Amino acid sequence: MFEYAPAPESRSVVDIAPSYGLFIDGSFEQALEGGVFKTVNPASEEVLAEIAAAGQEDVDRAVAAARRAFGPWSALPGSERAKYLFRIARIIQERSRELAVLESLDNGKPIKESRDVDLPLVAAHFFYYAGWADKLAYAGFGPDPRPLGVAGQVIPWNFPLLMLAWKIAPALATGNTVVLKPAETTPLSALFFADVCRQAELPAGVVNIVTGAGDTGAYLVSHPDVNKVAFTGSTEVGREIARAVAGTGKRLTLELGGKAANIVFDDAPIDQAVEGIVNGIFFNQGHVCCAGSRLLVQESIAEELLASLKRRMATLRVGDPLDKNTDIGAINSAAQLARITELSEIGAGEGAERWSPACELPDRGFWFAPTIFTGVTQAHRIAREEIFGPVLSVLTFRTPAEAIEKANNTPYGLSAGIWSEKGSRILSIADKLRAGVVWANTFNKFDPTSPFGGYKESGYGREGGRHGLEAYLA
Amino acid sequence: MPKTAKATEPTRLSVRKTYKLYIGGAFPRSESGRTYVVNGDNVALASRKDARDAVVAARAAQPKWAGATAYNRGQVLYRIAEMIEARRAEFKALGVPGAEVDAAVDRWVWYAGWSDKIAQVAGGANPVAGPFFNISAPEPTGVVAVVAPPTLLGLVSVVAPAVVTGNTVVVLAADPQIAITLAEVLATSDVPGGVVNVLTGRYAETAPWLAAHADVNGLDLTGVEDPDLAVELEKAAAGTLKRVVRPPAGGVDFTADPGLRPMTAFLEIKTVWHPKGY
Repeated sequence: MFEYAPAPESRSVVDIAPSYGLFIDGSFEQALEGGVFKTVNPASEEVLAEIAAAGQEDVDRAVAAARRAFGPWSALPGSERAKYLFRIARIIQERSRELAVLESLDNGKPIKESRDVDLPLVAAHFFYYAGWADKLAYAGFGPDPRPLGVAGQVIPWNFPLLMLAWKIAPALATGNTVVLKPAETTPLSALFFADVCRQAELPAGVVNIVTGAGDTGAYLVSHPDVNKVAFTGSTEVGREIARAVAGTGKRLTLELGGKAANIVFDDAPIDQAVEGIVNGIFFNQGHVCCAGSRLLVQESIAEELLASLKRRMATLRVGDPLDKNTDIGAINSAAQLARITELSEIGAGEGAERWSPACELPDRGFWFAPTIFTGVTQAHRIAREEIFGPVLSVLTFRTPAEAIEKANNTPYGLSAGIWSEKGSRILSIADKLRAGVVWANTFNKFDPTSPFGGYKESGYGREGGRHGLEAYLA
Repeated sequence: MPKTAKATEPTRLSVRKTYKLYIGGAFPRSESGRTYVVNGDNVALASRKDARDAVVAARAAQPKWAGATAYNRGQVLYRIAEMIEARRAEFKALGVPGAEVDAAVDRWVWYAGWSDKIAQVAGGANPVAGPFFNISAPEPTGVVAVVAPPTLLGLVSVVAPAVVTGNTVVVLAADPQIAITLAEVLATSDVPGGVVNVLTGRYAETAPWLAAHADVNGLDLTGVEDPDLAVELEKAAAGTLKRVVRPPAGGVDFTADPGLRPMTAFLEIKTVWHPKGY
């Protein structure tokens, strides 16, 4: 096998300041209590910037700004709100290279994913929802849909800018104002987005960004003047938020964890299926709530499929996220690396067989080689718990009924995959899977027109598409 | 209600109805053996075990009910309307005004008509930017626990939207005589056993078990009048991330057009992607 020459993307398109404040009422401000934290590049552990940690009073200020902005913003004709969203979409397209590099630096994801997947989808979400702003009466939620008020939104670190777009675009299109808290380890792209809002001359207070850790998020979701809470993250935190919101009358949507089954039948096109399996679990280092983390393969083809999968995995390139040839970047944080490592050790300890291709990992930063476990049973923790890393558990089945039973045997229900050449089988299995998104002969596809969200303990509500408007309308 | 029949026909002693629970298509007494008195009748006081049995019955009935064709479910719901119409006198004797019986009949007819339309209105094809066939369709959430308001129209207005979309329900009923009479309607209306289960008794005793039950997927709190209990139930429901319909501030006007939300509250949306090509 020949070696690739390095193909690094230039960092020079991004100008990261040494420190960032909170974005409240249209301007950047220090946290009142003066708290700060550092955000690091997970690929090098280099400190990228110092970020203000919002306390309770800062959250109060941000919510108050959003409340003041709500009246005029919701009173704007939809066609005018639409134009702001179109502006934002255009600015994102124009600055997409800068934002992609920034996202890869702060998150550790490969540049080819931030450049070719995240940023195009971010712009597309703003374009899509911009068009809804003056058509809400046609969305099917009644003839006179009204905004809810101030939306408190908390997003995760795996797709920082994309999750921001999923939250902010429908909220603004429907006339709500926003206080958004990005994740502690990936705050930078949200702060750059604040600058995009300024460039678009969005009225002050319509979008506010409060950075901080879990406490900041807890203040935000329990703030008495917030009308709507939207959260994407772990099921555990989702439960706490649901408890905190109970009895307050706030509207709530949750996009939580998953443990998706990727089901491969004996008539599946093996090469395509292998590509789908790799995409399903190794895309974004497996930091994907809808990742295909449980491979269910029909027993008669398991050996052949696993041989192909291992051959394919041996060609995956792990390393510098800014290298355009990189397939798997850095794990987002030391804490996440520790969790992946721990669960993988438990997997081996419980008797599953662990395999990774030979692969050299950089000395600095947080790295985990792509890993598969075979001989996994439904009782194993690696088959039940969300690992949120590049770790695949392989189980086998004999009949379609057994595949369905195993696929549904989890409290989660976010996504699933089916690989088969037989159309009637695909439709029948898709009907029986308890999951919000089913990818047949493909995986990990997203589009702003397509609703996304989970069954069971993967949360409630849908984001994207016409369905995504419902969460923001009275 | 006063037993007017007794007063007008002193020569014949009337046969009283025994009000029992409605679980899995049968009318058992509470396993606890307890009753309480409502308008002079002893009615079953449901226990935790009754609630759990009702969930088992609802779960067992759910896949087949959801798997029935929408046309079939619509027919069954329309049949319920026919049977209430036929029992108009009995509901009136329980104190339900005639106009409310009419409204309850009309509500079943309205929801019967939704069975084969909700998928078209709440689902659809998504024009994604790529060579994919991409379709979203609504599916039932599963088993829904319903704390019902005390009136016939209120009861119908919370049960019908949950079942028309393929969910099965466990209903905690505030007015046991109206609710069990409705259960008798359901039992003779081709509604499969277990699709609707009715428990009578004290909300505060049974509702927390349903709110925390791991095999209940949704919780409708419309009929909860005690705000503290509502908060407690909503918190319990958070443990399993149930879909919750909160008790509305100021009550609901059940005579108004319900809109789609009572149905969409207990629907999931499933989106299926498939490549398009040769």
